[in-house]
Amino acid sequence: MKLFRGSSGPETIAEQGSQKLSRRSSGLGELSRTWESAEALCVLDLGSTSATNIRHFTERGHRIYSEDLLTASTDPELLATDENGVAALDSRKFLADNLVYPAAHFDVVLCWNLPDYLDESLVKPVVGRLWSVLKPGGMLLAFFHTRDAGPDSPCHRFHIIGADTLEMKRIVLRQEARRPPTGAARGVTSTSDGFQLQRVFNNRHIENLFRDFASIKFFLARDNIREVLVVR
Amino acid sequence: MSAATPAPTSGLAQIGKSVFVKGELSGSEDLYVDGQVEGSIALKANSLTVGPNGQVKASVEAKGVIVLGKLEGNIQASERVELRKSAIVTGDITTQRISIEEGAYLKGKVDVHRADVK
Repeated sequence: MKLFRGSSGPETIAEQGSQKLSRRSSGLGELSRTWESAEALCVLDLGSTSATNIRHFTERGHRIYSEDLLTASTDPELLATDENGVAALDSRKFLADNLVYPAAHFDVVLCWNLPDYLDESLVKPVVGRLWSVLKPGGMLLAFFHTRDAGPDSPCHRFHIIGADTLEMKRIVLRQEARRPPTGAARGVTSTSDGFQLQRVFNNRHIENLFRDFASIKFFLARDNIREVLVVR
Repeated sequence: MSAATPAPTSGLAQIGKSVFVKGELSGSEDLYVDGQVEGSIALKANSLTVGPNGQVKASVEAKGVIVLGKLEGNIQASERVELRKSAIVTGDITTQRISIEEGAYLKGKVDVHRADVK
């Protein structure tokens, strides 16, 4: 594990009303060097659909796939009850419908803050699938909140607006998706118009989550976010 | 046609929201679909608009495609694709230009081809 004290963090509030923030990202900066120097990369963006990101990659001759996994996890058909009668999302069904790609297909996966907001039952299966669809040597970027961020930390969509700069905007769910995945049964997720932080990973949890990957690098940001860059 | 809320105008071929069509659709005029279509849609020199109530399960080949409703299938547009904020699209998109409003949902690959310089 490598630890870096990056210069990451929110810098300016561009539009206060729409909660649009920009932040420096050391992890993105390092990843950017890959797509600025390589040709025809295959990139998977797992955040909310972003025209900015699509333009960013297609202008550089890369192929981009967009798949909004958080929204997909709100599908009511995923809700099941396990043998103990506890409500959980059906991870097999989820992976049958999502992240269906050939093995070793992608050079880069942009996870953003997906693991922090994804339902508990889906996190490990999704990371396992991401390992298999990444090429050996392929890289994955993910953001994790620290405990200081607090439970009400809003979920953002991320737009790449510079080599190491992101624009963040709070996600407001579609009306039909405003259903807590399993949270209603567990009392974890309150009904709201956005996704709720499901948990806070510590560094050991993050290392365990990505234990099948070849290397992991942490960037400590000033805004209670740890950026993690892992290599398969 | 308004840029903000495309709606069918007179003279425009349209499939209303109570209509279900299964099969191959092809034509040489713009088409507005607010109903259900399953199969394929080919409007090589014209545009397709999927209205807010539209549910299309078809491969689409057109000059321009605007989606406000649901579209499941690959889109091949020779000029432009627009996904409005209510759009839900599952499929690969090949086009010259694409615009996506915040809130639109896309699951698939995007290939943007530059226009040939003459």
